[in-house]
Amino acid sequence: MLKIKNLNVSVEGKTILKGLNLEVNEGEVHAIMGPNGSGKSTLASVIAGRDYFTVEKGEVTYMGKNLLEIPPEVRAKEGIFLGFQYPIEIPGVSMTNFMRTAINEKRKHLGLKPLTGADFLKLIEEKKKLVKIESKLTNRSVNEGFSGGEKKKNEIFQMALLEPKLSVLDETDSGLDIDALKVVANGVNTLKRKDNATILITHYQRLLDFIIPDFVHVLYDGQIVKSGGKELALELEEKGYNWIKQEVQAE
Amino acid sequence: MQNDKDNIINKVTQDDYKYGFYTDIETDRAPKGLSEDTIRFIWEKKKEPDFMLDFRLKAFRHWQKMKEPTWAHVKYKPIDYQDITYYAAPRKKPKYESLNQVDPELLETFNKLGIPIEEQKMLSGVAVDAVMDSVSIATTYKKKLAKHGIIFSSFSEALQEHPELVEKYIATVVPYTDNFFAALNSAVFSDGSFVYIPKGVKCPMELSTYFRINAANTGQFERTLIVAEEGSYVSYLEGCTAPMRSENQLHAAIVEIIAHKDAEVKYSTVQNWWPGDKQGKGGVYNFVTKRGICKEENAKISWTQVETGSSVTWKYPSLILKGDNTIGEFFSVAVTNNMQQADTGTKMIHLGKNSRSTIISKGISAGNSNNSYRGLVKMSKDAVNSRNFSQCDSLLLGNKSGAHTFPYIDVANKSSVVEHEATTSKISEDQLFYCMQRSIDMENAIGLIVNGYAKEVLNKLPMEFAAEAQKLLSISLEGSVG
Repeated sequence: MLKIKNLNVSVEGKTILKGLNLEVNEGEVHAIMGPNGSGKSTLASVIAGRDYFTVEKGEVTYMGKNLLEIPPEVRAKEGIFLGFQYPIEIPGVSMTNFMRTAINEKRKHLGLKPLTGADFLKLIEEKKKLVKIESKLTNRSVNEGFSGGEKKKNEIFQMALLEPKLSVLDETDSGLDIDALKVVANGVNTLKRKDNATILITHYQRLLDFIIPDFVHVLYDGQIVKSGGKELALELEEKGYNWIKQEVQAE
Repeated sequence: MQNDKDNIINKVTQDDYKYGFYTDIETDRAPKGLSEDTIRFIWEKKKEPDFMLDFRLKAFRHWQKMKEPTWAHVKYKPIDYQDITYYAAPRKKPKYESLNQVDPELLETFNKLGIPIEEQKMLSGVAVDAVMDSVSIATTYKKKLAKHGIIFSSFSEALQEHPELVEKYIATVVPYTDNFFAALNSAVFSDGSFVYIPKGVKCPMELSTYFRINAANTGQFERTLIVAEEGSYVSYLEGCTAPMRSENQLHAAIVEIIAHKDAEVKYSTVQNWWPGDKQGKGGVYNFVTKRGICKEENAKISWTQVETGSSVTWKYPSLILKGDNTIGEFFSVAVTNNMQQADTGTKMIHLGKNSRSTIISKGISAGNSNNSYRGLVKMSKDAVNSRNFSQCDSLLLGNKSGAHTFPYIDVANKSSVVEHEATTSKISEDQLFYCMQRSIDMENAIGLIVNGYAKEVLNKLPMEFAAEAQKLLSISLEGSVG
């Protein structure tokens, strides 16, 4: 589904990703862990198409297409979803209006008829139950006045509505109490299918108590320096990132 | 013919300005230029009562002594008042009982404009008085309104059928001496709308008028007069669209509203005159005087305006709160894009005790445009215990546009309270990217964000027109980010 080869990315002349390789297939959950400043969020932004990063070298293909040539809104329409680390507030725009616009734009791209108001409301109710989100959130303006936890839950709710092929969740677990964390994890687990994939970007092992990844990668200084199964996350939790740093420096 | 039609349709759908087409209807027009002869020509053409000739000539003579105002924060080429045609009317006599008798080409134009004149729209409760080049073409629902004693007609018709009412109220809120453009309008205005709601009557439907400038080189000088007698209620909407023209067109209108004791008038405008092209060529000069008076106690008037058009806008819908416990409201969204300039706002003149006013102004500037809010809140000595709340927000798109706020506050008593809040914000890259990551492209994202920002005001519009106004906001901002 997603193939990243030798990806080099800079921002304002500073190189952040230095030859990153990653392959994600359908049905897989990948966790990318790493210390602060290792390039985790940069990777998420580049996949989503944020334009202030410069791709210096490398290839990214998604469903067989050169992802780097596709504008961000088209990536979204073709099934890429980014769960934001800091979801953005849009005052005055109701969640329902926002999501209805988003879903219908996506449907248009896929050659489907727009959802009617009634069908859309049904879908909202269905997804609300699925991700166990409170009703009041959908009646408010996009993220406006939401608590940190509500914002993150709202990201999962949007993910449920948009049914992406590839979800990249950027530190969706940060700043969550245990209940909110369960809601987020439950959402990801429920939405998991054979034909979609998830990349979890996280700093802590905690989220992985609730979502079992198929692969764990350690990102350090712009490269994936270690990959393994779920046990790698536990090892990291135990030994800390210094262990990786020492290992890398020793090579 | 089919080809021409296709061309027109292509033009309409592809042009930046959606309503830029020209209806080929023979017109009956006055020779260019302005003199006492022009005024007599208009007066005769319209077969008006004698007092009107006197009124028009007095206004004209006063106008000749006046100078065009220059204090607004706008720049434009000087207007040659002798190079304007002051009267143009479709030649085929426009007096119809039903729409079937109306020139099909004209109806086609209205359809292209999306004017709610068709049966189904009427069924939804909109009575439309459409004005094309100065003469009222179709007045619908008149009979139903007449049952309640409501008069809703063109100004010319009112002058024929109810001259005493017109004479009693005309220029009582905006005297011809008020300002340069008001004097000009009083001298040469050719048509407009007249609304009269009798004592105790709640008008059962929204009243709506569309104005449209059609013939080349004509100024549109229309005049609206709304009188709400004691305890009555009316909601009135005026929408505007002008076809595309390469030369500037002058639009100098007057609106007067009189609300008597316990009466309420809601006046909403969606103004979409042609804004000119991206280089600032062409477009309509919209120099308008709108004023209402809450004449006796408990009267209430609200202005709601959505301004997206015109190359230059100079407009301050104002209220005189004369009676005790009167209420005045002003809700405005003004969008400027490309080279557009708008200097708009309101005046709230508190004269009565316990009078209250609210001002909510949302300016949106994009491209190289300039958007100014100018407002006056005046509390006179006798307006004890009165209150005003003003909120003026500006939203900037890109970094070449300008937003300016000029609030004037004048309080002459100790018990009144005046509050003023102002904010300036920008649409952030983060907001746009967030929308794009959810499948919404940049143009749609801007439309969404701007409509969210303006929602407080759009919500004040009658339902039907709120949707239309939302679309207009998005259309007006197309291409505003690179």
